[in-house]
Amino acid sequence: MTALLPRRVRGLVSLAEALLTPHGADRYLELVDPMLVRREIRGRVTAVRHQTPDTVTFAVRPSRAWTGFQAGQYVRLQVEIDGVRRTRCYSPCVAQGTGDLEFTVKADPNGLVSRHLQNIEAGAVVGLSPADGEFTLPAPRPGRILLLSGGSGITPVLSMARTLVAEGHPGEIVFLHYSNTPADALYRTELAQLAARHPGLKIVHAHTHARRGGDLHGLFSAAHLEQAAPWFREAETYLCGPAPLTAAVRALFAREGLSAQLHTEEFTAAPLTFDTAAAEGTVRFARSGRERANTGKPLLDQAEEAGLSPEHGCRMGICFSCTQLKTAGRVRNARTGEVSGEENEEIQLCVSVPVGDVEIDA
Amino acid sequence: MTGLQDRLSTAQVEEFGRELDALRQRIVDDLGEEDVEYIRKIIKTQRALEVTGRGLLFAGFLPPAWLAGVAALSAAKILDNMEIGHNVMHGQYDWTRIPELSSQRFEWDTVAPSENWRHSHNYIHHTYTNIVDKDRDVGYGILRMDPAQKWHPYYLGNPVYATLLAVLFQWGVMLHDLEVDRVVKGERTWAENVPVLRRIVRKAGRQVGKDYLLFPLLTGPLAPLTLLGNASANLVRNLWAFSIIFCGHFPADVESFTEEETENESRGQWYLRQILGSANITGGPLFHLLSGNLSHQIEHHLFPDLPARRYPQIAGEVREICERYGLPYNTGPLHRQLWSVAKKIVRLALPSRGTAATVEPERQLRAA
Repeated sequence: MTALLPRRVRGLVSLAEALLTPHGADRYLELVDPMLVRREIRGRVTAVRHQTPDTVTFAVRPSRAWTGFQAGQYVRLQVEIDGVRRTRCYSPCVAQGTGDLEFTVKADPNGLVSRHLQNIEAGAVVGLSPADGEFTLPAPRPGRILLLSGGSGITPVLSMARTLVAEGHPGEIVFLHYSNTPADALYRTELAQLAARHPGLKIVHAHTHARRGGDLHGLFSAAHLEQAAPWFREAETYLCGPAPLTAAVRALFAREGLSAQLHTEEFTAAPLTFDTAAAEGTVRFARSGRERANTGKPLLDQAEEAGLSPEHGCRMGICFSCTQLKTAGRVRNARTGEVSGEENEEIQLCVSVPVGDVEIDA
Repeated sequence: MTGLQDRLSTAQVEEFGRELDALRQRIVDDLGEEDVEYIRKIIKTQRALEVTGRGLLFAGFLPPAWLAGVAALSAAKILDNMEIGHNVMHGQYDWTRIPELSSQRFEWDTVAPSENWRHSHNYIHHTYTNIVDKDRDVGYGILRMDPAQKWHPYYLGNPVYATLLAVLFQWGVMLHDLEVDRVVKGERTWAENVPVLRRIVRKAGRQVGKDYLLFPLLTGPLAPLTLLGNASANLVRNLWAFSIIFCGHFPADVESFTEEETENESRGQWYLRQILGSANITGGPLFHLLSGNLSHQIEHHLFPDLPARRYPQIAGEVREICERYGLPYNTGPLHRQLWSVAKKIVRLALPSRGTAATVEPERQLRAA
């Protein structure tokens, strides 16, 4: 009987889909409750708190299509701001296998989404993607692990620490976290509790803008590393933090010949330093694997010059026949001059001019 | 009739284009949450009407329930096809980056697959609006809707074909994308039609499956009544969509164009052609909604990618611009525009006299 059940359920589901064509069952279910959708992943915010004045920490209960994540991975979180759906990558900071996710987001003064999220309220529904990313712990786990983070970069690394503690990791773990001042240190209490539960875990707080209150003070240095984890040469190191910290750690590991043991995750986009009108960078057409130097012409022309023949129509921005997915980079709309750097955005090739490196799924 | 390019001087047409570009930009800058809330409200209404209509047909043995069911389902299909489907598939909500509102992903409740329709409508019709021999919506390959189309005894059946098209409109739209008339003339191969046909078979199968098989079967002994109800809803939608669409480009005084006069058009000239080639229908807010705001055909043709709810907001300004440049702004109530279209369908069933005769030889020369 139980063996028959799934098939019967499947039958009912396909009947429902056949009855609700062309929109599909989700488009009706979501009108009852947005969390009822079956194909997409959504999350309902269940709790919100502010650890520091410029960060928000919120718990999210994912809908049924969520299949879990590995510690260190990120998800693409979607919110609608003034009618436009915006997507950003954030790493859940709970241990892998935990049902409810938790995110901590620091407000970037220029960040549309990170500032919007500061005011998120319990009950809000956000869009989620399946977990993604290569920044994960190997199996079996390394014996010695150095977790290194700065600011809100703590999130994927905290997930690793929590996961290792939950697994009862038998080796040594050092969690070296950089924050400006003691008041800015995220998850201070949680980290202390974690270390109290797991003797193999040592927490080291470093403060870059304070002379006291931490275990270490000043910017990252070789001395810091020797003090926090003298065995770092025999360990695997997992690093997530702001660009200057990442650069400093990378340089040191490179000098030591240890680059292979350093694993990093970066979320900050390269700053927009180039002239939007100048033709710079490379245009990559991912599906066909073609790549060429940006000529500053609209992407449709560049695709055709690269030997591709994407579907198109009016060539004047009205018919939307040439709409394709831009997977990375920035484009300027030739009609409006607006520059857009959204990830996974559908753009009209005939009126989109690349600004620097661009990748199109064509 | 004044030629397309003689109406305004080059400087005037460029200034005219700049004014319309500025108008468009002002609306684009103002797009936001209100527009998304609006379309979501319409979608919610459409889904509720659909579920209600389907549900009422389960009580279809009661005549009032059957009638109310057909009415609700007809309204649902009209909203789905016009204010939601047509407009979403134009890319009017692509700026929201919401997948359910994406022109590339939306599918509507008709047998015509969205992908086929987007090509023939968004590209061919909206780019080459009213250019005889290029815009396939001039007569849809089966009717004579313009005196510049060469008369043939076949067109004696014009009123009959038009009536059939009105009754079977969704099937007409579906077959339109196969461009059978061009295949017959050898301008298009059947091989080119393979993907188009494949999409048609899949989509039409699903649509027929739900409307004429699954929902009737689910109502058990009421199956014939349910089937009749669903067919009636499709018919109501067909007649409505046909009426609105035919009033958009075919009332008297709407102009058509030749390929020569539209070569190397600037955007200003393209705007000009859209205005001369379209006609509005007057009416109240509910009428505009049920027409998918295609009652503002002129505004739609100027800015096909602006959310349609914005057309009534800008109509006054567009009309004022037209007046200032001495351009016609064709509008009238539904009954008058429909009557004008009906007269044209009958008149063009017969060979033309006068102007068309002088156009024809020239047209044939070009084709040769």
